Amino acid sequence: MSGTIETGKSGKMNRRALVRELLRGRENAPGGSLLVIGGLGAPAWDITAAGDVPENLPLWGGMGGAAMMGLGLALAQPSRRVLVLTGDGEMLMGVGSLATIAVQKPRNLSVVVQDNEHYGETGMQETHTRHGVDLAGMARAAGIADSRFITDAKDVPALRDAILNGQGPLFAQVKIDEASEPLALPPREAAILQARMREAILGPEAHLQ
Amino acid sequence: MAKREELEMAPDAAEAWPDAIYDLLKQHGIRQVALVPDAGHSRLIRRCLADNEMRVVTLTTEEEGIAQLFGAWLGGQKGVLLMQSSGVGNCINMLSVAVAHRTPLPMIVTMRGEFGEFNPFQVPMGNATPAVLEAMGTLVQRADTPEDVAPTVEATLRLAFNTFRPTATLIGQRVIGAKTFGK
Repeated sequence: MSGTIETGKSGKMNRRALVRELLRGRENAPGGSLLVIGGLGAPAWDITAAGDVPENLPLWGGMGGAAMMGLGLALAQPSRRVLVLTGDGEMLMGVGSLATIAVQKPRNLSVVVQDNEHYGETGMQETHTRHGVDLAGMARAAGIADSRFITDAKDVPALRDAILNGQGPLFAQVKIDEASEPLALPPREAAILQARMREAILGPEAHLQ
Repeated sequence: MAKREELEMAPDAAEAWPDAIYDLLKQHGIRQVALVPDAGHSRLIRRCLADNEMRVVTLTTEEEGIAQLFGAWLGGQKGVLLMQSSGVGNCINMLSVAVAHRTPLPMIVTMRGEFGEFNPFQVPMGNATPAVLEAMGTLVQRADTPEDVAPTVEATLRLAFNTFRPTATLIGQRVIGAKTFGK
């Protein structure tokens, strides 16, 4: 059952509500709980606000790398479902990775861009998506056939179902309201973030590899 | 080897050392091979492509490989990044991901811009490669003879996976041969 996704002043979806709905039922993903990479800045805070669990890897840096981290993880764990949740500025910095992912065709990887058309952590400067750059179109042109451009909350349940059960790779550009939300900070010691996800996937053996 | 390569490379790169690197990658259980191609790595790349247990991922820029191998390690797979020295410059900030998370990250770098280089554009980054890597917390080894390649690559793999950090072997241009453009 889906909850309502609140909208902001712009009429676009609220980012926290969107992430809450996308991650609802994540534990029911085939093969075990959905593995989530959160791009630096607000997406990392959003996945933390939805519940800071070991299957979350919130990033504090590595701008432009989130999608490729998802690819490496998806290739290493083909029986698990992997979601990269990131911002438009972060995706634009690593936009070539859409081509790399398209060529690799990981069936278990989804990349969802929360597009607020701004650099949220640095003073809300406009990104290229504010000026019409079509990330979903770029992903499709790269060869990611299931590439979605979403503005309406009614399309979110189908997106969630595709993330959990569909055949990837999947890309989605979801327009969201630009309002900032209160900080929800994950642990900042990145060695812990890495180790806890490895243990969640691999068990105690993770630390003896 | 293609005729053009024969004309432009001196000496050619079809030595035994790339096969020795491939054998080491197998011994150490490397499953993901991320790369931006370099002529010096061409024989090793062919070996990896022919191996069904290795996933070769061609990148649009080398920093993608740093991110990919972090993801691979999250999922319990070991990887290696192959590139030429100019690509090291593309990796600088992304190396913070491996340093902060304490991710094993072995890199095998074929050097340009040093021994007999023809192309001026290869010199600045080639010259800066060891300093840049070390400035970003990478343990750097160098191989300047074919006999040095296997032991230094083995050290690079062991240091990465035993001590959880970025490591690199730089294979000197004297080993690979300079691209001469027929001159």
